Amino acid sequence: MEILMAFVIGFLFMAAIYLILSKSLLRIIIGTGLLSHGAHLLILTMGGLGGEAPPVLKEGAKTFADPLPQALILTAIVISFGVTAFFLVLAYRSYQELETDDISLMRGSDEDE
Amino acid sequence: MLQVLYIFIPMLAAIFVPLLYKSIKNIHTGWFVLAVPATLAIIYASYIGKVADGKVFLQELPWIPSLDISIVSYLDGLSLLFSLLITGIGSLVVLYSIFYLDKHKEKLHNFYVYLLLFMTAMLGVVQSDHLISLYFFWELTSISSFLLIGYWYSRDASRFGALKSMMITVGGGLMMLGGFILLYIMGGTYSIRELIVMAPNLVQHPLFTWSLVLILLGAFTKSAQFPFYIWLPDAMEAPTPVSAYLHSATMVKAGIYLVARFTPIFAVSELWVWLVTGVGILTLFWGSFFAVKQTDLKGILAFSTVSQLGLIMSLLGASALAFHGNGPTDTIKYAAFAAIFHLINHATFKGSLFMIAGIVDHETGTRDIRKLGGLMSIMPLSFTVAAIGSLSMAGLPPFNGFLSKEMFLTAMLALQNFEFFGFDTWGALFPIVAWIASIFTFVYSFYFVFRTFTGKYKPEKLPHKPHEAPIGMLISPMILAALVVTIFFIPNLVGDTFVKPAVQAIQPFLYDSPKDIDIHVAAWHGEITPELIMTFGIVLLGVLLFVALPKWQGIYQNFPRALTLNNAYDKIMLGLDVGLNRVSRIYMTGSMRHYLLYMFSSIAAIVIGSLFVKNAFTISFQDTSPIRPYEIILVVVLVIGTAITILAKSRLTAIIGLGAVGYTVALFFVIFNAPDLALTQLVIETISVALFLLAFYHLPKLGKREERMRFQLNRAIVSIAVGVMVTLLALSAHSQKLIPTISKYYEETVYSKAGGGNIVNVILVDYRGFDTLFEITVLGIAGMAILAMIKLRMNRKEKSHENK
Repeated sequence: MEILMAFVIGFLFMAAIYLILSKSLLRIIIGTGLLSHGAHLLILTMGGLGGEAPPVLKEGAKTFADPLPQALILTAIVISFGVTAFFLVLAYRSYQELETDDISLMRGSDEDE
Repeated sequence: MLQVLYIFIPMLAAIFVPLLYKSIKNIHTGWFVLAVPATLAIIYASYIGKVADGKVFLQELPWIPSLDISIVSYLDGLSLLFSLLITGIGSLVVLYSIFYLDKHKEKLHNFYVYLLLFMTAMLGVVQSDHLISLYFFWELTSISSFLLIGYWYSRDASRFGALKSMMITVGGGLMMLGGFILLYIMGGTYSIRELIVMAPNLVQHPLFTWSLVLILLGAFTKSAQFPFYIWLPDAMEAPTPVSAYLHSATMVKAGIYLVARFTPIFAVSELWVWLVTGVGILTLFWGSFFAVKQTDLKGILAFSTVSQLGLIMSLLGASALAFHGNGPTDTIKYAAFAAIFHLINHATFKGSLFMIAGIVDHETGTRDIRKLGGLMSIMPLSFTVAAIGSLSMAGLPPFNGFLSKEMFLTAMLALQNFEFFGFDTWGALFPIVAWIASIFTFVYSFYFVFRTFTGKYKPEKLPHKPHEAPIGMLISPMILAALVVTIFFIPNLVGDTFVKPAVQAIQPFLYDSPKDIDIHVAAWHGEITPELIMTFGIVLLGVLLFVALPKWQGIYQNFPRALTLNNAYDKIMLGLDVGLNRVSRIYMTGSMRHYLLYMFSSIAAIVIGSLFVKNAFTISFQDTSPIRPYEIILVVVLVIGTAITILAKSRLTAIIGLGAVGYTVALFFVIFNAPDLALTQLVIETISVALFLLAFYHLPKLGKREERMRFQLNRAIVSIAVGVMVTLLALSAHSQKLIPTISKYYEETVYSKAGGGNIVNVILVDYRGFDTLFEITVLGIAGMAILAMIKLRMNRKEKSHENK
């Protein structure tokens, strides 16, 4: 499963980068969303996907899933949500100001130096 | 400790200058500053007696011990002489500046901070025995010189001059650093003293010549030698106290110091002798010839400084010959003595002349010699000082310039007596060039003083009505002028106290102690010497040329501007500016996407490259968990969702695709035994999709201009490369576990230490509680930022309503 996940994660990253390199602001934000999904799965896979039970101390359970990556990912999910929300409002505001979501049209003029 | 501390006293004092300037407005800040160089001058004067006896003082302060870098203060005859010049002339210049710079109009705190910074830098240069700290202080002098030249930064010429001096001297400094590093490679030590001891072995090394040339480049740029002198005339935009101090008495002599200090190391080389002597004599001639062309008082003095520095340089080059052959001939030993002696004399007469130029500028409002004239009766004291300085510069008795000029001619005449390095054939050229240059020196000295102070008085051309300068302003130049005369009458006292210890430092192999140097200075040798005949010739031809000056000064206009060195400098700078701008415009397009492309492709290249180089790429199928059927379903859904985000024509579909990916990830968390993650992911994903749709809803126009993304090859290549990189990284990380997991620690201690059962939760709120706290802070900041952005819009809208 880990090998398969490695390829899935690679695919997620590829799609994320492809979207981030686009011109549309909304697509860039979607790309960052995909990027964080990919990163979360990558961290999880790094810790190994084995383990019979969730990492909760209980009678009878012998092997747990690795708790440390899960703790890291939990933090990461929340932070990436904050970032996404911020990006969205930023995009929304810039659309209202500039009436476009095409970043190639948002460039300053050549005289801006 | 103290000896090293002295170097830093001016810099430490500089901290208080802005405070004093801000809090005490009634008293000119210069009075407080004056205490610093004056105190230091007294301290260094207390060393004179012991150093004259041949003692040296050494103290080391470790700076970066791991790199073997330390600040070493080494006081011998040479460095003590320079330290005294720096602090002595420094005191006079600060005193002069108190009257020169108006306390109400000028930004005195800036000025004195820069000046004190320079003092520390310059003391550091002349006292450092360690090559790296010497370089450090060397560049610090360039920087403080840059700041001081650009002191009146609203003037274009000031900024241009500051930049030019910085470019040339810092460039030379970098060359010098290269030379220093080569010396370290050859000798294995940064200490100049130790390098001097091993000098005879260094000459065989293949890097020796490189090191020599690079270090000379540093010295020549700093000391304004041909062809690098062009920055010095432009540096005259600095306030006159600065010109008198940095660009005549001290900083430009750093190159002289460097050559003197390294003479024992490099003197064995023929190239050294020829380069230093040749460039020096060429500069002497060039500077004196073009000084006559100048119409700006300070311009004349700038070219004259260039020329005199060349004179000292050529003497130092000749002094290197004393290391050769079967002992020096009687006359060549004068070279080092004359160099140091003239250095002292030059500091006195040129310092006073600069101050007079400043006074004339200050009192009449112009430095243009064509507008000046006849000031003698109005400014008699200034005229007296200027006359003393100029006549000394011209090499006339009874002034100190006469003595050192005679010795210079002696040394130049002696060059042809050497029977190696080709001096027997070419040596005769030196006295001839020196003689011609001396004639021009005579002409510009007279030109300076008599065009300003005698002739026709032209009040209508002067911006101010001239009058004599305040006495405070005249004190410093008068002290210097008094020295000019005094030194003529007590040359041997000066020689024994200051010059001989310095000469011993330049020629340590020849003399064990300063007392062994058998030189006696005399104005009259009891007979008609060739030098005296040459001096008569100089005076005769000089007077003739000066009288005829209006007839031949026009020839300078015939030199084509396109062939000048200044033009070459401008062209080079412009070319660099335009060319480099073009180059960076090729890749600095201003488009964020291009920058991201660079970043992602370099990340991929670096990671894949290092995986390849380190041979780290491995696949291991051991230790993998089994693939269950519903996992395959999830993978398929995930891939389809991802593909939708890319391929979707409408943005709405793309958002839904992202949502699908998010929920699939949550399901992955479920089957990989991460219930907490799954819960969080579900909640967050729901909110995210809602937010996306909300934003989408509020941007109605976006829907109308929807189009599928155009396929772009470079984007595809880069994103595939990154994807491959991540896959490779994941595979090799899975396949080689170099360090055992640390999760066991949490599993074992979670109940006993933290009293909880859910390990993930306990890690978050207990083991890494602060981490979580900051995470909440980040979310809070993001929330506030969002709020601010929306509020901002509301306010703007309200305002625009009001305007309507």
